[in-house]
Amino acid sequence: MRFAIPLGIFIIIVGLLAYGLQLDPKKVPSPLIGKPAPAFSLAKLDAPEQFLAQKDLLGQVWVLNVWASWCVSCRAEHEIITRLSALNLAPVIGLNYKDEPDDARRWLAQFGDPYTTSIMDQDGRVGIDWGVYGVPETFIIGKDGLIKYKHIGPVTMESLEAEVLPKLRELTG
Amino acid sequence: MRLLLLCLIFVSYSALAAIEAYEFDSPEMEADYVTLINELRCLVCQNQNLSGSNADLAKDLRRQTHEMLMQGKTPDQVVEYMVARYGDFVLYRPQFKTSTLLLWLGPFALLLLVLVLVVRHMHSRQTLAPPDAEAMQKAHQLLSDTREK
Repeated sequence: MRFAIPLGIFIIIVGLLAYGLQLDPKKVPSPLIGKPAPAFSLAKLDAPEQFLAQKDLLGQVWVLNVWASWCVSCRAEHEIITRLSALNLAPVIGLNYKDEPDDARRWLAQFGDPYTTSIMDQDGRVGIDWGVYGVPETFIIGKDGLIKYKHIGPVTMESLEAEVLPKLRELTG
Repeated sequence: MRLLLLCLIFVSYSALAAIEAYEFDSPEMEADYVTLINELRCLVCQNQNLSGSNADLAKDLRRQTHEMLMQGKTPDQVVEYMVARYGDFVLYRPQFKTSTLLLWLGPFALLLLVLVLVVRHMHSRQTLAPPDAEAMQKAHQLLSDTREK
C-alpha cells in the first residue's frame, strides 16, 4: 500500500515514454489536410512550353507525387507509383522537385514514366507552398480541390493497400 | 595545437552555414530577418534552426523569409505563412493556444502540485497529537528502569 503512489507514477511515466517511443519525429502532421490545394502553374517536364495549373485539375480526384532524380527513396517508391498509376483510379501528377530537367528526363527514360504528366519545380517554391520538406511525398486531392491525404516518405506496398487505395476509392467512388 | 585547429574548423563551419548576402531596406528589417531565421526550425535537420542549417530546404526558407520581409510583410505574417504550410512544428517557441496549454502550463502545474503535497506533508508531521500524560508516565518509567539496570 505504501508503494501504491510511487508505483502508480512509475507506471504512468513508463506508459508515456512507451507511447513516445512509438512516435516518429520525422512525421510532422501536415496542417494542409482539409485545406485547398495551393495554387501553382508550372511547365511540364516533357513539354516545357506547356503549363499545368492546379485549377486545370479541379473537379477530379488526383494524386500529386513529389519526386526527384537525386532522391534515392524515390527509386524505391517508383515501382509502387507505377502500380498505382496502372490502376487508372486517378491522374498521378509528378512534381519534379528541385531537379535538373535533363536528369529528370533521363531518370524517367531509365526506370519508366508512371506519371500522367510531370511538372517542374526547379527552385522549390511550389514545394514550400505545399509544405514539402522531404522527398518523396504524396498527396491526394479531392474533386472539391481540397487536400484529403498526405503521405510523407516513400509509399510502400503496405501503405498503398492500406491507406492510399482505400482513400482513392472512397473519393472516386 | 591540433585540437585548437580542429575547433577552429568547426567554428568557421557553423559561422558559414547561413552566409547568403541578403540586402535589406533597413537595419530593423535585417534584425527581423535574423530573429526569424533563429526561431524557425529547419524541417529536414530537425534540431537546427534555419540560420544554422545548410540544408537545401533551409536555404529556400531563408530566401522565402527574406523575400517576404522585402515585400513589406511583418514578422508575424512570415511566421503565419510558415505555420500554415509546415505546422506548429516549424516554431521553436510554440504559440500559446489550447493545444499547447499542457506544454506551457504543465511544468508549473506539476510544481504547484508538488508544493501542495510537500506543505501538506510537513503540516501533518507538525500536528501529531502530543502524547498524553499516561503515555509520558510510562515512557519515564521505562527510561528509569533501563538506567537502574
